[in-house]
Amino acid sequence: MRAAQVRLDGWGWRHAGRAAWATSGVSLRIEPGERVLLLGASGAGKSTLLHALAGVLGSSDEGEEAGSLTVDGERARPGTCGLVMQDPDAQTILERVGDDVAFGLENLAVPRDEIWPRVRTALADVGLALPLDHSTERLSGGQRQRLALAGALAMRPGLLLLDEPTANLDPAGVDEVRDAVARLVTQRETTLVIVEHRIETWLALVDRVVVLAAAGGVVADGPPDRVFSAHGDELAALGAWVPGIGHGLVPRVPPASRGAVLSAHELTIGYEADRPVRTVPVIDIPEGLSTTLTGANGSGKTTLALTLAGLLPPLAGHVEASAAISPPGPRFIMLSRRVVASHGQFAMRSDETPTYHDEPVTPPNREPSRTDPARWRSKELLTRLGTVFQDPEHQFVATTVADELAIGLRALRRPAREIDHRVAELLEQLHLSRLARANPFTLSGGEKRRLSVGTVLATSPAVMFLDEPTFGQDRRTWIDLVRLVAAQLDAGTTVVSATHDRDYLDLLGEHHVHLEATS
Amino acid sequence: MSLPNRAPSTALDRLNPVTRIAAAVIVSLPLLVTLDWVSGATMVAIVLVAALALGFPIGFIARRVWPVLALAPLAGLNMALYGRPGGFVHVDWFLVHVTDNSLHLAVAVMLRVLALGMPAILLFTGIDPTDLADGLAQVWRLPARFVLGALAGFRLITRFVDDWRSLALARRARGLGDTGAVRRWATMAFAMLVIAIRRGSKLATAMEARGFGTAPRTWARESHVGRADLVLVVSCLLAVAVALAAAAAAGTFWAVWT
Repeated sequence: MRAAQVRLDGWGWRHAGRAAWATSGVSLRIEPGERVLLLGASGAGKSTLLHALAGVLGSSDEGEEAGSLTVDGERARPGTCGLVMQDPDAQTILERVGDDVAFGLENLAVPRDEIWPRVRTALADVGLALPLDHSTERLSGGQRQRLALAGALAMRPGLLLLDEPTANLDPAGVDEVRDAVARLVTQRETTLVIVEHRIETWLALVDRVVVLAAAGGVVADGPPDRVFSAHGDELAALGAWVPGIGHGLVPRVPPASRGAVLSAHELTIGYEADRPVRTVPVIDIPEGLSTTLTGANGSGKTTLALTLAGLLPPLAGHVEASAAISPPGPRFIMLSRRVVASHGQFAMRSDETPTYHDEPVTPPNREPSRTDPARWRSKELLTRLGTVFQDPEHQFVATTVADELAIGLRALRRPAREIDHRVAELLEQLHLSRLARANPFTLSGGEKRRLSVGTVLATSPAVMFLDEPTFGQDRRTWIDLVRLVAAQLDAGTTVVSATHDRDYLDLLGEHHVHLEATS
Repeated sequence: MSLPNRAPSTALDRLNPVTRIAAAVIVSLPLLVTLDWVSGATMVAIVLVAALALGFPIGFIARRVWPVLALAPLAGLNMALYGRPGGFVHVDWFLVHVTDNSLHLAVAVMLRVLALGMPAILLFTGIDPTDLADGLAQVWRLPARFVLGALAGFRLITRFVDDWRSLALARRARGLGDTGAVRRWATMAFAMLVIAIRRGSKLATAMEARGFGTAPRTWARESHVGRADLVLVVSCLLAVAVALAAAAAAGTFWAVWT
């Protein structure tokens, strides 16, 4: 393996069918063995640049290129650089660990008897001590990213490209991947280019920071401390977590809780009866506070949140909502009680003892409520338990942003004037007004996240669930999101978040529940 | 991808997966173009004995084959009631003609369904997708790009199942879970399509970054066919010959074109 040299001269790329250039006017020279952190606002074309270096941007059918980009003096070709991307799920190619690492070597036409020793070495280098026939389906996020790293490494690339490799990982996974990369580059036998918002993770490793401007070109380039002291505030405003510049938010003083709004005992949760995810002995969600659920990947945070939110029926036990938020009992019970109370003699046979005198008759304003959210109707959830899914795309149902916000209100049959008013208000609050007519699927990551929160805010539920709300968010969109959540808390909403984001926990971990990993 | 009930280890495991596919084709072709009860019954008996000899536990055979057992009488009943009439007429009512001929057809069809279904199910049980892809590309020389693309895509199905489940839960969360099933399904199908395309193109990028589809490639796992594979193919040819010979000897041989 020999470290590669990278040269860009006025390079730019425009995706086919787009008017604007994804990136343009980039001139840059990276020497063999250098370790570069690439920063820039979202939309500045960082990923596009990495894909170009990896040779996977495609042919002239897929876009238009300007200037020149070379790796070791040649046009970038696929298979010569190692590329690790953000989504751990999307880059596992084969079923068995060994086969997955061998895939790149096969494509490079490496002879069979050389493949397996290289596969074993690569797995050892990233610290994945697993049998070669171990199933890739059973790996954690951190393990999957290390597997992708091993797959790239086995090919002995002179240039390693990491595109937000830890954005979707829990803290343990982040450390695993960072340590593996650190071991790989100590000999400086490979040039390293990393794109990542969480600068802290990589700070000790990189010796140069390059900042791309949204309008094109390079705005800053130099050693990390020099770049951060000269451009720190600017970078923070663009979304990077610059060391020494925090989020500037402070936790509120939590109010005294008014008791549990949701509680459960001996709850067994899961999707299929024969495959329970875990059992939860007892859990209480205090009203008006922010509860945070933490636990390693696979500990069942999401499953628990979906169960408490009334979306996933528990396999055993049940969730009980407070009477205050539960819907009134079914109408027929209410009617029959009234009938019995006023015309008891019609409903009784002569040999029966009347029982209604012994029981207090439920007054009309205090109907028996149905406290099991799993049995509520879908519409009844809207104003009671709202859920923001981990992947915003899972919850989009409309063709425009404005419609997306209106859907819940229409299901509740609110008057049109009220709906229009509420939607306009939300668009403003979420900074989405100029995108009101856009298709939700075309928004950026941060915009999608805000919209998914907005769809829940629209119907003002008493309790709001958020599943990994800060996944993949940069500093700017992170602050936007935490502010939105804090505003809901101030308005009296109960919030429950499944998360492993330390800053989020510091601000919003008013009531903390940690799920130990299951065996 | 693991199947819900694990396939037992049998003598078939030593074979190349493509041989199993070849065997299934050899066994079923003659049965598809003939229709009589003797050849069907002979085949069912041979398959049953062979399966036990290869090491399939009887309980496993029963579990896997029962859907076919349930289906066979249905197909048979149809034939009994509506099959080509001929010979003695037992019942004649409206479109229903139960005759000697249609009863013969009914029995033959039931046995045919079993004789076709059983070997296919047992031969395809427990084939490892990766090994199959290796066999298709190295032994049968199908294009590597196509075979490996399909293999990697196949792995995404697990993800899609999870996606679909989340989409359904999200519809309930959004207040759309009570009514309008068709509309709800349409929004799920659209989201699924978008998500599937995104995942697929990410996977394609990851594969391309690892040099997929650029040049002639090597294979980390050798896929070859040996004597055991030949034995299975020859055995299947023999089984078919025996079944057809039995029908000819019994005088019941009946090809579908006569």
